[in-house]
Amino acid sequence: MKGLALIATLITGAILLYGTMDFPAWGDPHSPASGYLSTTYIEKAVEETHVPNLVTAVLGDYRGYDTMFETVVIYCAGMVVVSVLRRNKKEQVEKKT
Amino acid sequence: MKLLQERIQKQQIGESLIIQTAVRLLVPFIQIFGLYVIVHGHYSPGGGFQGGVLLGSSFIILALAFDLKTSQRLMSERANAVLGNAGALIFVGVAALCAIFGGLFLDYSALDVIIPLGPIEWRSFGIFLVEVGVGLAVMSIMVSLFWDMGSAGKMDEGL
Repeated sequence: MKGLALIATLITGAILLYGTMDFPAWGDPHSPASGYLSTTYIEKAVEETHVPNLVTAVLGDYRGYDTMFETVVIYCAGMVVVSVLRRNKKEQVEKKT
Repeated sequence: MKLLQERIQKQQIGESLIIQTAVRLLVPFIQIFGLYVIVHGHYSPGGGFQGGVLLGSSFIILALAFDLKTSQRLMSERANAVLGNAGALIFVGVAALCAIFGGLFLDYSALDVIIPLGPIEWRSFGIFLVEVGVGLAVMSIMVSLFWDMGSAGKMDEGL
C-alpha cells in the first residue's frame, strides 16, 4: 500500500513538474499574470490611495474583501478553539462528583 | 504527561534567571516593534497581520519564560477577548460605515462625509484603520490559541 502511494505521488509530481514547462519566464512583462491588472495597480495605486507601499494599497484597498475574510477566518479559528477547549473548573468538579 | 511535568518541576526547566531577565528586557521592545510594524505598514513591509503576530508573541514569550498566570496578569483573558472582538469589529465596522454613508462596501473614500479629509486621504486613512483592526484581532487570537492549546483549556499552569 505504501508502495502504491509512493508511485502515485511520484507520478503526480512528474505531471506537475511537466506542467511547469509551459509557464512564462519569471518577470516576463507579456505574461498574462503581469498583463492586465498589475500594470494598472503599479501605475495608479500611489495617486489613487496616497500609500507609497503598493502591497499595502492592494491588500487594504483593492483587495479589501480578501483581507477582511482572512481576518474573519482567523477570528473563527480562535473562537472555535476557545469554545472547544476552554473549560471552567467548576464544571469539572461537577462531573467528578 | 504527568511524568514530564514532574520531571520539569524537579529540574526547574524554564525557571532560569537568565531567560526570565532576558525576556523581561525584550518584551517592551518586541511590543514597540509590533506597534511600529502595524503603524508603518504604509511605508515599509509590514501591516496588521505581521504586527499582530509580533504583539501576540510578546505575551507568548512571557508565558513560556514564566508561566501562564504571569502572562494573564499582564493581559487578562477578558481584555484579550474584548480586544479580539473589537479588532474584528473595527474592520467590518469601517467597511459597513462606508456602505452606510453612501459608498460601496469597503470603499473608504465614502467616509469623507464624516471628517472631510478628501477622498484620497480617506482611502489612505481607511487602510490604516483596517490594519489596526487586523492587528488587534490577530494579536488576541494568537495569544488565546496559545493559552488554550498550551494548558488544554484549563488555564492553570500551561507549558
